[in-house]
Amino acid sequence: MAEMAQPSHGHDAHVPELVHQFETVEQQREAGTLGMWLFLATEILFFGGMFCSYLVYRSLHPHAFEIGSHLLEVKFGATNTAVLICSSLTMAMAIRSAQTGKSKRTIITYLVITILLGLTFIGVKLYFEWYHDYLEHIVPGFGFQYHADWGSSGPMVQMFMVFYFILTGIHALHMVIGVGILTVMIIMAARGRFSSHYFAPLDISGLYWHFVDIIWIFLFPLLYLIGGRYATGGH
Amino acid sequence: MSAEHVVSVRLYVVVWVTLLIFTGLTTGVAYIDLGVFNTVVALAIAVAKMLLVVLFFMHVKYTTGIPRVVMVAAIFWLAIMMSITLADELTRGWTPVAHAWGSGTLLPILPHLLR
Repeated sequence: MAEMAQPSHGHDAHVPELVHQFETVEQQREAGTLGMWLFLATEILFFGGMFCSYLVYRSLHPHAFEIGSHLLEVKFGATNTAVLICSSLTMAMAIRSAQTGKSKRTIITYLVITILLGLTFIGVKLYFEWYHDYLEHIVPGFGFQYHADWGSSGPMVQMFMVFYFILTGIHALHMVIGVGILTVMIIMAARGRFSSHYFAPLDISGLYWHFVDIIWIFLFPLLYLIGGRYATGGH
Repeated sequence: MSAEHVVSVRLYVVVWVTLLIFTGLTTGVAYIDLGVFNTVVALAIAVAKMLLVVLFFMHVKYTTGIPRVVMVAAIFWLAIMMSITLADELTRGWTPVAHAWGSGTLLPILPHLLR
């Protein structure tokens, strides 16, 4: 094997993060981005399957879904939407800081704010929403109680709550995973792994974080705002 | 090396403020009676917000080639799944088969089709 020529690494051979199967750091970064988009395509179809069954049930039982939607508190849904949008800004700023060669302290600060906003979202969901739903007996499988004024819609109101808990539950699981990924990014940043030449892990984590934000952008109107709030005045 | 496009802080802040305004708008519109258009407006705003996040925060405006193809393909597959599911679900009542099934006729659907 000794007579084989050494593979050329192109002009980026001095960048230690460049692995041997890629010619340039740019090519390596694009391959990583493509991989993440492929994963996000599977995620779109994973959530898409749930959105699709939601669509079928909502088209069959619009009245029950309206009753179910009005059991949720718009103020918490809207607050959490704003919290996630803010976390997307700080995530984008963390990547931009690495891109423009800012200090690792700056990158870490943006990542910590992003994580704190993510934890705020999960906290609001767990305590102000799910825990209170449990106290109000509207969690399917945990002492769900029909209200008299729901009439024959009762079972399908419960079905709406099943959709609500599965969709928001799997979304919250994605948030927890995102917080884990960003924690790894903070450790990498603290070890000085990122520079304006190399920030692909940060870039790809950002794609995931923004994707989870987009899922919530759709969940908010689809779960909280069915049929409008003008009739009941909301909560 | 050609580094990835750097988006200005100003543009990020403009996108962020627009997303917050859209969130307020979609919440506010829910308290106004627009009939079926409540759902249409809510979904239109959600799609607009998605495009803002995808184009600027996820840098798709500055990404070309295969990642874009993958993304459009994912949306296309989603559209296939939803349209075929709904094509089934919304047209089930059109076929007068179920109640005639088991009547002993070789082709129970025929009398209904010829009627």
